[in-house]
Amino acid sequence: MNWKSFFGLLSRDIHVARRNLVPLLLQTFLQPMLFVFVFGRIMVRSGFMPAAYKSLLLPGIMAISMTFSGVWSVAMPLIGEFQFTREIEDRLLAPIEISWVAIEKVVFGTMQSLLSGLVVIPAAWLLLRPVELNLQSPLSFVIVTLLVAMFAACGGLALGCSIDQTHIGLMFSLVLTPMIFFGCTYYPWSALDSFPILQKIVLVNPLVYASEGLRGTLVPQFPHLSIWAVFVALAVFDALLLTLGLRKFRNKAVS
Amino acid sequence: MLAGIRTQALRKIYAAQAPSAPGGFPLAARKKTKKQPDVVALEDLSLEVAPGEIFGLLGPNGAGKSTTVGILTTRVRPTAGVAWIGEYDVWAQQVEVKKLLGVVAQRPNLDFSLTAREILLFHGAYFGLDSQTRTERADTLLDRFQLRDRANQMTRGFSGGMMQRLSIARAMMHDPQVLFLDEPSAGLDPQTRLLLWEIIREYNQSGKTVLLTTHNMEEADALCQRLAIIDHGRMIALGTPTELKNSVPGGFLLRLRFARHSTDLVERLEALAGVREVRARDEADGEFATDVYADRGGSLVSEIATLASSTADELSDVRILEPSLENLFLHHTGRSLRE
Repeated sequence: MNWKSFFGLLSRDIHVARRNLVPLLLQTFLQPMLFVFVFGRIMVRSGFMPAAYKSLLLPGIMAISMTFSGVWSVAMPLIGEFQFTREIEDRLLAPIEISWVAIEKVVFGTMQSLLSGLVVIPAAWLLLRPVELNLQSPLSFVIVTLLVAMFAACGGLALGCSIDQTHIGLMFSLVLTPMIFFGCTYYPWSALDSFPILQKIVLVNPLVYASEGLRGTLVPQFPHLSIWAVFVALAVFDALLLTLGLRKFRNKAVS
Repeated sequence: MLAGIRTQALRKIYAAQAPSAPGGFPLAARKKTKKQPDVVALEDLSLEVAPGEIFGLLGPNGAGKSTTVGILTTRVRPTAGVAWIGEYDVWAQQVEVKKLLGVVAQRPNLDFSLTAREILLFHGAYFGLDSQTRTERADTLLDRFQLRDRANQMTRGFSGGMMQRLSIARAMMHDPQVLFLDEPSAGLDPQTRLLLWEIIREYNQSGKTVLLTTHNMEEADALCQRLAIIDHGRMIALGTPTELKNSVPGGFLLRLRFARHSTDLVERLEALAGVREVRARDEADGEFATDVYADRGGSLVSEIATLASSTADELSDVRILEPSLENLFLHHTGRSLRE
């Protein structure tokens, strides 16, 4: 393993992200913050939503932000670099195994996803005050956050290598949007009790475990899935998506 | 360590891909794929490039040049056969091989998120150069390729020629033992082309191996110490430019067209002094076309005209080609490189 090449690749991505910091922040935070404002403030203050909804909402918003920024930061550059600019070619020729070029992308996406998750908490907290955060097990929170960030980045790799430029719109409307709405982000999984079939089906959606895991560690006063089930499910999704993503990446990199 | 290139019976077959329908649903395109025949891009290519040599692959578009470069640079998996760079098997020891390679792709593939200087610096970082070496080399290369004044600009707005120069500078950044250039001077103005040739020769003088592909005969002639001419994935000739040119019978080629011709025309042409070979080409528009290979050009024309006027033959067009690699390609394939 050639660490010098690996850190060269990583420093390139960090350098580019730093240069594009402002658009990156807008892209990551605008939508969740608007959502927080509408549902957490307007709806709550006008009495359509109970005040407790604010605390329930925060972990879901955090899960969405992390997923979006992780998927986006890996998938979008990959789609462009493989097809439009072909600039990935220079990195594929770096003296490092091809899979590690993809793993670098995953590491970078994980970092970006973590960063956006950690920024969403104070930002949403400021907008939603007061929120009853109840961090009982910091270790569980760290593990869940890491697993969620990795899920987002690995998902970005798998998506970025499966979709071509002309289908980016489809990726959002067919994959990400249903994932978010059926990802238990705006409601806890137990809210689906009266929809037993749907409740079973959504379990194939990894975002369910991300939202429920963050809910279980940040606001455990609300109903949530068992934290161990979340650990196992997210770990399995991480491994599956990484394996699939790496295979697709290698197929794309070599003709 | 000096490194050469060797390939043994390389073969590459692409599973034909249905042209992707823009806007269509991705799954819909898949069914069509199987009906199309596979494309044989390379067939039994064995060649050996000595360390320190400038070697050229000459051939028309679609001959298999880029596929060969792709295989030699780990980007294309050969269907059969083996390739080595230095002592390393390209497919089996990719990381070791990539350390030895500098590659300039046919289409620019510069990093659009970086400035020209950053492109060189990060490329150096991928190859593990320390920061002082990186800075020094980047400055030297930017000067050499006359890109100093645009060094801190993003490459998105660069002209094709500037992108090409930067791509070549990038490939030289880590001082590779073997430099691959796929159509390096395509789209360059004549002045830049000369600069490029000079830089390639200079690079080669430090003992580095250079493999370039081109469909430009002048370039192959001027730059390459040895050449392989390939067509339809097969090597049809190999040698120094001089050897190759001398291998054409006579050297000169007269391409004739007759509006009317007698049946024994070919035999009578063959009987002319200095004519080495006469080949009938296809007949088009009712005209009879023939290629005459001879050891002289212009002086033969009047004799052919006399010969034609003495019988019922009517000569309608004459084109004289001086000894060149073009004639060699025509001699082997019956087609022009430019076609």
